Amino acid sequence: MIEIKGLHKYFGELHVLKGIDLNVAKGEVLSVIGSSGSGKSTLLYCINGLESIQQGEVIVDGVSVHEKSTDINKLRQNLGMVFQQWNSFPHLTSLENVALAPRIVKGKSKSEALAIAEKQLRHVGLGDKLTNYPSALSGGQQQRLAIARALAMEPEYMLFDEATSALDPELVGEVLETMRMLAEEGMTMICVTHEMGFARDVSDRVAYFHQGIMEEIGPPEQIFGDAHSEHTRKFLANVR
Amino acid sequence: MDYNFHWRPVFKKLPDLLEAGLLTLEVAMLSMIIGIVIGLLLAISRMSGPKPLRIFATTWVELARNTPVLFQLFFFGFGLGAFGLHLSPYLIVLVGLSFNNAGYLAENFRGGFQAVPDTQLRAARSLGMTATQTYIRIIIPQVLRIVYHPMTNQMVWAVLMSSLGMLVGFRELSGETQFFASQTYRIFEYFAMTALIYYVIVKIVLGVSKLAARRLFRY
Repeated sequence: MIEIKGLHKYFGELHVLKGIDLNVAKGEVLSVIGSSGSGKSTLLYCINGLESIQQGEVIVDGVSVHEKSTDINKLRQNLGMVFQQWNSFPHLTSLENVALAPRIVKGKSKSEALAIAEKQLRHVGLGDKLTNYPSALSGGQQQRLAIARALAMEPEYMLFDEATSALDPELVGEVLETMRMLAEEGMTMICVTHEMGFARDVSDRVAYFHQGIMEEIGPPEQIFGDAHSEHTRKFLANVR
Repeated sequence: MDYNFHWRPVFKKLPDLLEAGLLTLEVAMLSMIIGIVIGLLLAISRMSGPKPLRIFATTWVELARNTPVLFQLFFFGFGLGAFGLHLSPYLIVLVGLSFNNAGYLAENFRGGFQAVPDTQLRAARSLGMTATQTYIRIIIPQVLRIVYHPMTNQMVWAVLMSSLGMLVGFRELSGETQFFASQTYRIFEYFAMTALIYYVIVKIVLGVSKLAARRLFRY
């Protein structure tokens, strides 16, 4: 379980997250929506410790993420992350991209790591691109490569930071399809997204962020059908 | 013009000249290897080291880039000699060229590091890699590709700059040539031959670099 308690985040003077309280249970799919600058991506970075926090606490399976004594590299193995810019490692083939972390972080043997990599690449439908370099892949394929890379660490949680926002429109579908598949397999997911269709169909809950505050959270039917907050209704009216 | 060319003495000494050419290549290559390692450390120090280290690295780069190479060699030769530290001619050239290479390469590396997006670091760290693993496995390989051609240029420079060695008594290619030329007075012939040898060495360096690039960077 991921527990976020009274989380405050500043970038210098800028107050980006203003007291977030949120629990995400095992197996849950949570979508986080809201306009740019509402702090939703920052929230993800605070969960896996890529950003520091100024107040409050983030606890993953009982371990406090920002505690000095926490082994953050160990913790991150359990928190897969997929970025808006897919960030495939350009100097490594697909197989090497995926096999690297299992080998050097988890200490698997080379053959073991390659077997894991091949399995995960097939899983996301890249079985025919094993020896290609990322430069030979489309944006959608590179993003699925990034998903396979995160999955190879066998994380219990996956964090998606606007995984489809930088893609050409015709490539969005294949990535969403992959995310949908993971959700159906029972993966715990937090998806910061602008894809309202995905948020509505796949999530167990949807959270709406507005200027650093979690304005509203609830099942998709309620958020999309009967939002309590004026801000949420306005946002949804604008994106549709 | 009544100058008579005499090439025979030059051809007689050709094996010695070629051997001296190998010495030139050796000192240039060693100074590059040392320069690359120190240059990387200097670049990282300048970007993210503590302040004293940053000042040290900046001073190094400024001195190496903005003073004549000849003076740098003189410093490691006569300069240190004045304080009682006497290096052999070989070491003077090796240390001097390494100092110079490191300074120039540090600036190239810094540009290379800045050209690798921050997001690569984030992606690697999010997989649980340590900062060191991220640098060694993800960042530096990409930097090396970006700086590969500037690095090749620096290697060519190192070969050519090593000719200054003759002014600190080092019998590399130029020093050897000077020695033979002064014995026989066939100054033009000797230096023409040596220029040709330098040219061939540089061409070999460029050719090997090109082949290596094809093997190293397949992406």
